[in-house]
Amino acid sequence: MRGMSTRLKIGWAVIVIVVFTYTLFPVASIFATSFKLPGELNLGTFLPVHWTWDNYTQILGPDGSARDLFVPSLRNSIGISLIATAIAVVLATLAAYAIARLDFRGKRLILTTALGVSIFPVISIVTPLFNLWRQIGLYDTWLGLIIPYLSLTLPISIWTLAAFFRQIPWELEQAAQVDGATTWQAFRKAIVPLAAPGVFTTALIAFFIAWNDFVYGISLTSTSRARPVPAALAFFTGASQFEEPTGAISAAAVIVTIPVVILVLLFQRQIVSGLTQGAVKG
Amino acid sequence: MAAITLTDIVKRYPDGFLAVKGVSLDIADGEFVILVGPSGCGKSTLLRMIVGLEDITDGELQIAGKRVNERAPRDRKLAMVFQNYALYPHLTVFENIAFPLRLQKGKYSEDEIRRKVTYAAETLELQDHLQRKPANLSGGQRQRVAMGRAIVREADAFLFDEPLSNLDAKLRGQMRTEISRMQRRLGTTTVYVTHDQTEAMTLGDRVAVLRKGDLQQVASPRALYEHPVNLFVAGFIGSPPMNFVPGEVQGDVMKLPFAEVPLTDDLRRRLGDRTLVIVGIRPEHFEDHAVIQQQGRAGGVPFTASVDVTEWLGSDLYAYVPFETRPEVAGKLEELDRDLDGEGLRTQLVVALASDSRVRDGDDAPLWFDPAKMLVFDPESGENLTYDADAAREIDAQNEKDRKASIERAKKREAASASA
Repeated sequence: MRGMSTRLKIGWAVIVIVVFTYTLFPVASIFATSFKLPGELNLGTFLPVHWTWDNYTQILGPDGSARDLFVPSLRNSIGISLIATAIAVVLATLAAYAIARLDFRGKRLILTTALGVSIFPVISIVTPLFNLWRQIGLYDTWLGLIIPYLSLTLPISIWTLAAFFRQIPWELEQAAQVDGATTWQAFRKAIVPLAAPGVFTTALIAFFIAWNDFVYGISLTSTSRARPVPAALAFFTGASQFEEPTGAISAAAVIVTIPVVILVLLFQRQIVSGLTQGAVKG
Repeated sequence: MAAITLTDIVKRYPDGFLAVKGVSLDIADGEFVILVGPSGCGKSTLLRMIVGLEDITDGELQIAGKRVNERAPRDRKLAMVFQNYALYPHLTVFENIAFPLRLQKGKYSEDEIRRKVTYAAETLELQDHLQRKPANLSGGQRQRVAMGRAIVREADAFLFDEPLSNLDAKLRGQMRTEISRMQRRLGTTTVYVTHDQTEAMTLGDRVAVLRKGDLQQVASPRALYEHPVNLFVAGFIGSPPMNFVPGEVQGDVMKLPFAEVPLTDDLRRRLGDRTLVIVGIRPEHFEDHAVIQQQGRAGGVPFTASVDVTEWLGSDLYAYVPFETRPEVAGKLEELDRDLDGEGLRTQLVVALASDSRVRDGDDAPLWFDPAKMLVFDPESGENLTYDADAAREIDAQNEKDRKASIERAKKREAASASA
C-alpha cells in the first residue's frame, strides 16, 4: 500500500465504505430490528426507540411463545450440520488422498461426477426425495437431512481437499523415513501438519453449507423432530394474527449467525491460508 | 563411515521395465562416487535403492559389510539430500536440522541437540537463519539446510540426488565447492547422482557412467576423459562434447572428412581388418595452425576447413565446421546422439582454438590437430579400439593416492583448528 497517491487512497476508501455498507447494512438492520418492540416495528427508524430483549425471551425464554419452535430446531441444526460435516470430511479426506496420490482408473470420472452432483440444482431433486423419504421412513428424521446434506458437502470437500493434497510435497514422507522415521511417524510428523489446515478449512466450508440450507430443511421435515433453524423461521407467528413475527425472526437470525461469526473470527487465518493454498496453488 | 558394495543390483518395475540391469560397484569408505548419465539411465533409481526407497529386485547391497536389502530406510543409517530439498515447511530451520535427532526419542538431550545443530549451522553458515521458515529462504540456503540435516544425522554415508539442479549457474558453482569441502572435512562416504558432467568431473573421486541401466565405466574423472572405454562414455564426458567423424582406412592413411592421418603401427594393429571406423577427437586437440607455427610446434596434421560460426568466450574461441558424414556410420552416431539426450542436429566439428586466434566465421581457416590424442571406435560395438587399460589404471591409482592424501590433509587441518 506504500507509495499510493492520496487520490488513490481516497478512491479505495470510498469503494471499501460502499462495499461494506452494501454487505453489512442488512445484517445491521436485522440486528437493530431484533431489539425493537413488536408495536414499534413500523415506526420507520433504523435504531429501536426502546431497546428490549422481548424478542429474545420470546424464542429462548422459558415462557416464550416461539420457544418450542426455535430451541428444538437449533438443536437439530447443530446436530445435523455437525454430523453431516464430520462424515463429509472423513469420506472426502480418504477420497482426496486417493485422488492425489494414487493412479487408478476412473479418477477423472469420480472428479467429474462430484462436480456434476454439486452443480445439480437442489430444487430439482427435492420433490423425488420427498416422495422416496416418505416411502422408506426417512421423512422428518435427522438421517433424512444428513444424506442430502452430504450430497452438497461431499463434492466440494473432495475438490477442495484433492486440490490441497496435490500440492503437498509427498517426497517429505520419504525424506522423513530416511531421517529415521517409521512409516507412521513420517505421516504424522511430516504430512499431517501440512494437511491439517486444508482439512480444517474444508470442514468449515462443509459446516456452513449444511448450516445455511433451507430448501431440504423445509421440504423434508414436518415437525420439530428434525426441522433445522432456517426452516423453522418460516413457521414463526406473531403474538396475535395482527402482529408480524419480524422481531422474533430477527432475533433468531442473529442467534443463528453468532456461531458462524465466531468460527470465522477464530479461524480466519487458517481459512485464508487453506483457501489460497488449496485453490490458487493447487 | 562405511563402505558400500553393490553386487549385481537389478531393478525391474511391476510393469516389466528393467531400470537397472545388474550393476556392481564397490564404494570405498570415505570415497566420493558420482553416478552420472543422461536422463532415464537408472542413476536415481540406483540411489533410491541404496537408501531403501525402492525395493531391490535382485542382487545384494551391503553397507559396512552387512546385507541391508531388506532393511527399512531408517535402519540403514544414511542421509539423503533430495533434488527439491524436501524441507519440512512447518518447521523452522533449527527444527528442520534437528528433525532426525528428535526422531530418536531420548537418545539426545536438548543441550546435545542444540550443540549439534549449532555445529552444523556454523559449518554451513546458517547461524543467522535458524529461526526462519524454509519458505523465507533462498534456494541456496534451502540447499544448505538440507545438507545440515544430513550432517547432524552422523550417517554412514551421504546420498545426493541431483542436489544442485534447481540452483542458478553461479550458485551451483559455489555449492559445488561447498559440498566438496564438506565431504573432505567429514570424510564421509558419498554417492552423488547428477546428469551434469561438470559436477561429475569436479566432485568425484570416481565417476560411474550409466547408460540405460548398464554400468559403462567406473574410473577417475581423468581416466574417463582420456581413456573412455566406448563411444558413449567418450561422448558423454567433456564439454563441448568430443567430435565424432567417420574414418576410412586406405592403405597407409586414415581418411577423415577434412584430413588424412598417417597410420602408426600400433593403430594398424588395433584396427585389425576394419576399413571404416569412428574417430573421436576432443575440441581442444584442434588448434589454429597459425598459432601452432608461432609457437614453433612440430608434428600434427594441418588442414583447411571452412568455418561456419565462431564463439569467442574470452579464454577460448570455439569454431564450428560442418562436414558430411558417411551413411555407414550415420546411424550409429544418431543413436549415440539420442542416448545423450541430443537433438539430432547437423553434423559439425566443434574446435576449441586459442582465444587470440584470428579465425572468424566464413573463413577458410588453416587448422591443425594432434593425431596422437585421437581415439578410434568400432562402428558396430562402439568399443574404444585405442583404449589403454594400463594407462587408465595408472591414472586411477594416482587419483586414489591423491584422495587419501587430501583426506589426510583435511583431517590435519581440522585437528589444528580444533586445538587452536
